[in-house]
Amino acid sequence: MLRRRIATAAFAALLGLSAAMPARAQQPETVLNVYNWSDYIDPYAVAQFQQETGIRIRYDVYDSLETLEGKLSAGRSGYDIIVPTSEPTFSRLARAGALKPLDRALIPNWGKQDATLLRQVESSDPGNRFGAIYLYGTVGLGIRADRVRELFPDAPTDSLDLLMKPENARRLARCGIAVMDSATDVLPSILQWLGRDPNSTEPRDLRAAEDALTAIRPHVRAITASGNILDALANGEYCVALTYSGDVIQAQARAREAKRGVEIGYVAPKEGAQLWFDMLAIPADAPHPEAAHRFIDFLLQPAVMAGITNHVRYPNAVPEARPMVNPAVRDDPDVYPTPEMLKRTFTTAPLTPAAERARSRSWSRFKAGR
Amino acid sequence: MHAALRAILRPLPLAVPSLWLALLVAAPLLVVLVLAFAWPAESVPPIAPPWGAEGPNTEPFALVLEDSFYHAAFAQAALVAAGTAALCLLLGFPMAMGLARARPAWRLPLLMAVLLPFWTGFLPRLGAWIGLLRDEGWVNTVLQSLGLITDPLPLLYSWPALFLGMAHAYLPFAVLPLYASLSRRDPAMEEAAADLGATPWAVFRTVTLPLAAPGAAAAFLLVFIPAAGEYVIPELLGPPGAQLVGRVLWQEFFQNRDWPVAAALAVLLLLALLLPILLFQRLEARR
Repeated sequence: MLRRRIATAAFAALLGLSAAMPARAQQPETVLNVYNWSDYIDPYAVAQFQQETGIRIRYDVYDSLETLEGKLSAGRSGYDIIVPTSEPTFSRLARAGALKPLDRALIPNWGKQDATLLRQVESSDPGNRFGAIYLYGTVGLGIRADRVRELFPDAPTDSLDLLMKPENARRLARCGIAVMDSATDVLPSILQWLGRDPNSTEPRDLRAAEDALTAIRPHVRAITASGNILDALANGEYCVALTYSGDVIQAQARAREAKRGVEIGYVAPKEGAQLWFDMLAIPADAPHPEAAHRFIDFLLQPAVMAGITNHVRYPNAVPEARPMVNPAVRDDPDVYPTPEMLKRTFTTAPLTPAAERARSRSWSRFKAGR
Repeated sequence: MHAALRAILRPLPLAVPSLWLALLVAAPLLVVLVLAFAWPAESVPPIAPPWGAEGPNTEPFALVLEDSFYHAAFAQAALVAAGTAALCLLLGFPMAMGLARARPAWRLPLLMAVLLPFWTGFLPRLGAWIGLLRDEGWVNTVLQSLGLITDPLPLLYSWPALFLGMAHAYLPFAVLPLYASLSRRDPAMEEAAADLGATPWAVFRTVTLPLAAPGAAAAFLLVFIPAAGEYVIPELLGPPGAQLVGRVLWQEFFQNRDWPVAAALAVLLLLALLLPILLFQRLEARR
C-alpha cells in the first residue's frame, strides 16, 4: 500500500503537481480568486463585496465547462470559487474529491435558497453538500423571430419540431442553424423530444437521438461553444440556435441595443426543457476557503442576487430576491419560468464513464457528419 | 591541471542544449508515454497510474488503432496538411522568386514584409478572418451592397475558410526555405540558358525549377509537419465536419477527460510524423 502511495506521489510529481504545501499560519484572508463564466455577474456586486469585507477579488473567466474542468483536473488551480454547472461538471468534480464540503455555519444566508430547487439539485449532489445555487435556466431555442416569420410563416416556434424535423430545418438552413457544442446539454433534450427518457443510456435510445441529429446535420451551419452562439445570435447570424436560455436572453438584449432590426426570442420547448443549475463551489485545495464561504454568503443576499439577475438575465434561486428584480425581467416567462413551465422541465443525472463515452462518441459522429 | 580543467569544461557547451532537450523534449514525451498507458479515473488528475494492481492499460492504443473514427481523423489531418503545404508552395514560390530577384536594397524590407504577420498574435489574425468572413462581415456586406448577392454567403465555418486560415498562418514557413534555395543559385545559369536560345518558360522549367526543387521539398515538409497537428484553425474557421486529429485529441482531453486516449493519439501523431521529419532531415543534410 505504502509503495503504491509513493508511486502515486511520484506520478503526481511527474505531472508537475507538487505535494501538499505546508499549512500557513491562520491570518485573515485578504484575497479571493474567483473563476466564473464570462458575462455572468453584476460588476457592482464584486465592488460591493470588496468594499464591505476588505477582501480583494481576483476575477477570472471561462467560456466552457471543458476549460474549467481541464484546469481543475490538473489540481492546484489556485481558485477559491468556481461556478460549475450541475451536470456533468459539478457532480463529477464532487465525486472526484475536487470540491470542499461547504460549512453551512459560515453561510448564514444558506436558508434563503428555494428548497424545491435545492431538492432538484440533489440528483447531482445528494444532501447539497458541495454547492449553493448561483443561477439556473433551461436549454431551448433562440429564434430570430423577424427572419423566421418571413421565411416560414407557420413555423412551429414553440416546439423542438422547428429544429429537429428535417423538412423544417431545411427551410431554415438558409438563414443559419446553430447547435451548442455540448453532448450533455443537447442529447437529453433530443431524447425528450423523441419521447424517451432524457437520462437513458440504452444504446438504442442513443442511436435514435444520433439518427435524429444526423438527419438535420446537413442543415446545421455551426456546432460551437455557447458563448460564440450568443455573439452571433445578437448579430443576427442565425435563425435558430439550440442553447442556454440566458444566453438567448442576453443576445436579445444586445440585439435591441444595437437597433438593427434583429428580433430574438427564446422558447423552452413544449416537449419539456432541460433544467440546469450553475453552482457556487469551493475547490478542495482552495487557498482561501474562509473568504470563499463569505463570498457565497454575500451572494445569497436577496438584494445582491436581484442585482445579478437584473444584470445577466438568468433567474436566481432566492425567492426573497424576486420583488427586487426589474419587472421587465421578473415577469418575462423566458427568464423566470412559470410554475407550469417548471413542471415540464427535467433534470439530468450523472452518467457512468462508459455511458458518457458512448454519448460523446455519438456526438463526435454527429459533428463530423459521418 | 590544465588538461583536467579542459576535460571538465569541454562538455559544458553541449550540456546546455542537452539539458534543454532533456527537460523540454524528453521529459514531456515520457510523461505523455506514461499517460497513454494510464487508466482513466474519477479523481484529480483524472487518471490512475499504469503501475497499479491492474498493470498498464493497453486499451487507449487498441481503441485508437481499431476505431475508424480515429483513422478518419488521421486521414483528414494528412489531407489538410498536404493541401495547406501545396497552397503555401503555390503562393510562396512567386513570392520567393520576387524576393530573390529583387534589388539587394529591397530584399530586407520585402523579407520583413513576409515576416511581419509573425509579430502579431496568432489569434488576433484569426479573429480578423472571422470578422471578414462572417455572415455580417466585410466580404458579405460589400457583396450585398454591390447587389451581387442577396443572402450572405456561408463563408465562415467552411473548408475554404479553413484552408485560407491555414495558408495564411503557414505561408512564411514555405517562403523562407524557397527564398534560401532560390537566392543561392547562380543567375549566370539562367542567363546562359537564355543566351542559348531558351524561351523564358523553358528557362524556368529546365533550369530554375529543378534547382529550386530541394528548397520546394523542404518548404512542403516544413509546412506539412506542424500543419498536421493543427487544431486552433479548424476549430475557429473550419466546418464542424473537419474533425482533424488535433481537434479530436483536444476533445478527448477536454470534453471526454480521457487523458490516456488523448496521450495515445499524441504518441501516434508523433510516430506518423517521424517519416516526414526524417525525410526533411535527409534533404537538409544533402544540401
